[in-house]
Amino acid sequence: MLSVHVEKKLGEFSVAASFTNESGATGLFGPSGAGKTSIVNMIAGLLAPDRGRIALDDDVLFDSDKRIAVPAWRRRIGYVFQEGRLFPHLSIKHNLDYGRWMSGLAADPKAFAHAVELLDIGHLLDRRPGKLSGGERQRIAIGRALLMQPRLLLLDEPLASLDSARKDDILPYLERLRDEARVPMIYVSHTAAEVRRIASRVVRIEAGRVTATGGTELLSS
Amino acid sequence: MQLSLRIAIVSTLIALPFGIAIAFVLARREFWGKALLDAVVHLPLVLPPVVTGYLLLITFGRRAPVGAFLADTFGIVFSFRWTGAALACGVMAFPLMVRAIRLSIEAIDSRLEDAANTLGANRAWTFLTVTLPLALPGIIAGAMLGFAKALGEFGATITFVSNIPGETQTISAAIYTLTQVPGGDSAALHLVFVSIVISLGALVASEWFARRAGARLHGN
Repeated sequence: MLSVHVEKKLGEFSVAASFTNESGATGLFGPSGAGKTSIVNMIAGLLAPDRGRIALDDDVLFDSDKRIAVPAWRRRIGYVFQEGRLFPHLSIKHNLDYGRWMSGLAADPKAFAHAVELLDIGHLLDRRPGKLSGGERQRIAIGRALLMQPRLLLLDEPLASLDSARKDDILPYLERLRDEARVPMIYVSHTAAEVRRIASRVVRIEAGRVTATGGTELLSS
Repeated sequence: MQLSLRIAIVSTLIALPFGIAIAFVLARREFWGKALLDAVVHLPLVLPPVVTGYLLLITFGRRAPVGAFLADTFGIVFSFRWTGAALACGVMAFPLMVRAIRLSIEAIDSRLEDAANTLGANRAWTFLTVTLPLALPGIIAGAMLGFAKALGEFGATITFVSNIPGETQTISAAIYTLTQVPGGDSAALHLVFVSIVISLGALVASEWFARRAGARLHGN
């Protein structure tokens, strides 16, 4: 279980959010600029909260009172960024293997083959990221995060850079990921339709605050 | 001639790791005294070379504090040796090297480094597997600039280690000496020709390497 309780001042803007995710997918839903990305960056360890506590199961990742701040590279939290952020100098295969390698995990051909099959990226393995389409890039980014065997998967607007036809191509992969990989997910989006398809619980974020928590019925209001 | 090449190559290779480290720190870290470090690194670029040479002489000379310590402890002597010429060339080439490498590191999207962190790479691994390979074209360009500067260095070298044929006489110093003696013109011209060939060769080679590295990095 993920529990998040964070406060952070970012210039004029401030974020103060508390929520939990039991299992399955929780959607962080709210307008652009509401602070959703700052919240996931704090969960990932890329942004240090001013105050608060973040814990994943029994593992405390951040606690300002006890002065605990586990660095991002020891958190084992997969992160799929809006813009993919594939390594341009590595082949697709090496991009996919990067997280496993850096996390010190043994090669697992079965897991690799499964991810490749799940995301349908087998024909891309020997290519480089430069000439891939947006949808292909995002599938690789998802595979890269998945293959580090994360304890939690953060997806920050993973479809925002794609046109609507491509979005509909990727959504089924995300559903399969949620159902087959069984990694808890935090899915960030400002699009109600996306969140409804992926998440079972919804945390609504507005102006840096949690304004509602509940099921997908929150998306219609 | 060979001596000049050796001095330029040795000084470039030794200065390069320090140049990469300083460039990285200046590009990516915030710390107290950063402006001062930046200024000190750039000093040899703005000081008259003779001043730099003189500062080296009073620091690394045989009787100078640092020079005496290095000579007594490690047996490294700089004064009036080719190693001293290499030190002078390295110091003079350093700012150019750091500038080129720093620009290339600043041009790297730091969000890629964040992505590497989330994938389990600590700072050192992120540097080795993401920052360093992506900065490669800039590192090659910086090494090339440093090499060219080292090859052409004259003022600081001649002030620090003098102009001893076979030991500290670089190609620039040799050309200068030949132009000062009657009948030295043809020998000087010969050396001029040689230095043009070396410089052009280095330029073409570094362009080629940088272009290859650049193409790789852009994911094609």
